[in-house]
Amino acid sequence: MDQLKNFTKGFIKENPVFALFLGLCPTLGVTTTAINGMGMGLATTFVLLMSNIVVALIKNFIPDKVRIPSFIVIIASFVTIVELTMQAYLPSLFEALGLFIPLIVVNCLVLGRAEAFASKNNLLSSAIDGLGMGLGFTFALTLLGAVREILGSGSIFGLKFIAGDGMLIFILSPGAFIALGYLIVIVNKLSKKGA
Amino acid sequence: MEYIIIIISAIFVNNIVLNKFLGICPFIGVSGKVETSVGMSGAVLFVMTIATLVTYLIQNYILTPFGIGYMQTITFILVIASLVQLVEIILKKVSPSLYQALGIFLPLITTNCAVLGVAIMAGQQDLNLMESIVFAIANSIGFGLALILFAGLREHLDLADVPRPMKGVPIAFVVAGLLAMAFMGFAGIV
Amino acid sequence: MAKKESNLKNMLIALIAITLIASASLGGIYELTKEPIAAAKLEKKNNAIRQVIPEFDNSPTSEVYKQAVDGDTIYFYPGTMGDEPVGTAVETYSMLGFSGEIKVMVGFLPDGTINDVAVLEHEETPGLGDKMERKKSEWSLQFQGKNPESFRLSVKKDGGDVDAITASTISSRAFCDAVTRAYNTYKEINKK
Repeated sequence: MDQLKNFTKGFIKENPVFALFLGLCPTLGVTTTAINGMGMGLATTFVLLMSNIVVALIKNFIPDKVRIPSFIVIIASFVTIVELTMQAYLPSLFEALGLFIPLIVVNCLVLGRAEAFASKNNLLSSAIDGLGMGLGFTFALTLLGAVREILGSGSIFGLKFIAGDGMLIFILSPGAFIALGYLIVIVNKLSKKGA
Repeated sequence: MEYIIIIISAIFVNNIVLNKFLGICPFIGVSGKVETSVGMSGAVLFVMTIATLVTYLIQNYILTPFGIGYMQTITFILVIASLVQLVEIILKKVSPSLYQALGIFLPLITTNCAVLGVAIMAGQQDLNLMESIVFAIANSIGFGLALILFAGLREHLDLADVPRPMKGVPIAFVVAGLLAMAFMGFAGIV
Repeated sequence: MAKKESNLKNMLIALIAITLIASASLGGIYELTKEPIAAAKLEKKNNAIRQVIPEFDNSPTSEVYKQAVDGDTIYFYPGTMGDEPVGTAVETYSMLGFSGEIKVMVGFLPDGTINDVAVLEHEETPGLGDKMERKKSEWSLQFQGKNPESFRLSVKKDGGDVDAITASTISSRAFCDAVTRAYNTYKEINKK
């Protein structure tokens, strides 16, 4: 497929969260604010991009039977790099994302793309696929984070526009599920209208 | 007494799925029927408990003493991946029918964030060996509880008159949110 | 584009090679980030100390001493300006929070008066217990300048002088528990 389509498919048509339902744990877990959602999305994009590149590069040297464990080691290494770098230079984001940073390694999106795409395509396509899917994931997380932040805290990206609290349920666990459910419907309805 | 607190906290107050958001993928993917949910819960119980046990030993006897704590993510996930392979092999021999029933979901336990999550959390909370095992068992019971309850709800949902755009995943999420709200009532017990 | 055959030798070589390269790279990154990580952790602690005790020119974190209390540890960070002690920041905790452990930094002046308080860690409910955070509400201002000898560190409901957070009695009680623990340990150490 041409590279432009390859890049943009991750945004709406094959959006990891809204269309493929992959990577749901961090989607619900960290989207209490738009910034957290964006941070997590970008961290995942980095891992996805780098692991897709490495897998595409060395795919011919990995015997078929051990490809899943090999992918896992590669992905886990990049996750650890993200962990350490964030802890050193972005400590408040690191604390906000918490447990979900090491959990990027079991994000079905990352392993899924390595297995379904990078192991079967060339370097350029794999890199662009990783970037596109990752940014689509970031878009979904930022959007959900923004919705929950606006409804739940009355702020966006940290800037408050009401005094006091919003509908707190949205920054708590049930609100995550409910907001995501409705967001899936809305996004899919809108994308069908445009398509 | 400590154990009771760990158990109640893990199953109800800090339910792994409804409160900590771990294990969502199988939660949505497997909860179509109550039977598969029960099978999945059993498999998760087994893998989670042994994984937490092994990772506890690795963390306390290898990673920390040698100062290579940063290798935690890699070693933990490799342990889990190997354990799942092992369970697959054993299950194929011991109960081929259950193996068939679980199908693709068995290897998917590797990517079940709940298993890795519980292993990491046990380390973060500084539990000893016995407490970690209890923690793992309790969390998998909590996972199973949420999964089976949700499967029961979804089987009813299938027969309900849901507006077309909401059918399937979206309404499932909204219902999950209501279930999560119910579980919030347990907060403050421990 | 033929893949490598899946015999035992190839599988082992591939896995071992990948793991070795991964471990080496991670070891390298770890060395690179070790110092910034330690610095970030220290900075966070220093910020909390700076918030609760008057201006100091020493390094409280390098003069820290600790005391085991109730199964956990309390840390004392003494601040001095020149040679004069200006106060001690006490890192305390309480297990009685609504959602688990809370960690509080209490700044005591040399005479035992509370200079200020700062919440370090908590998992209390947003909109309720989280009002113990200074940036969420002014609730914790009531502790400033109070001396626990005359200001009873429990909520009014329990016969004390502390105004509880509305609808968050448990979180408020936990906070008082943490501050009391800090004060009692502080008094005990300073008797010596």
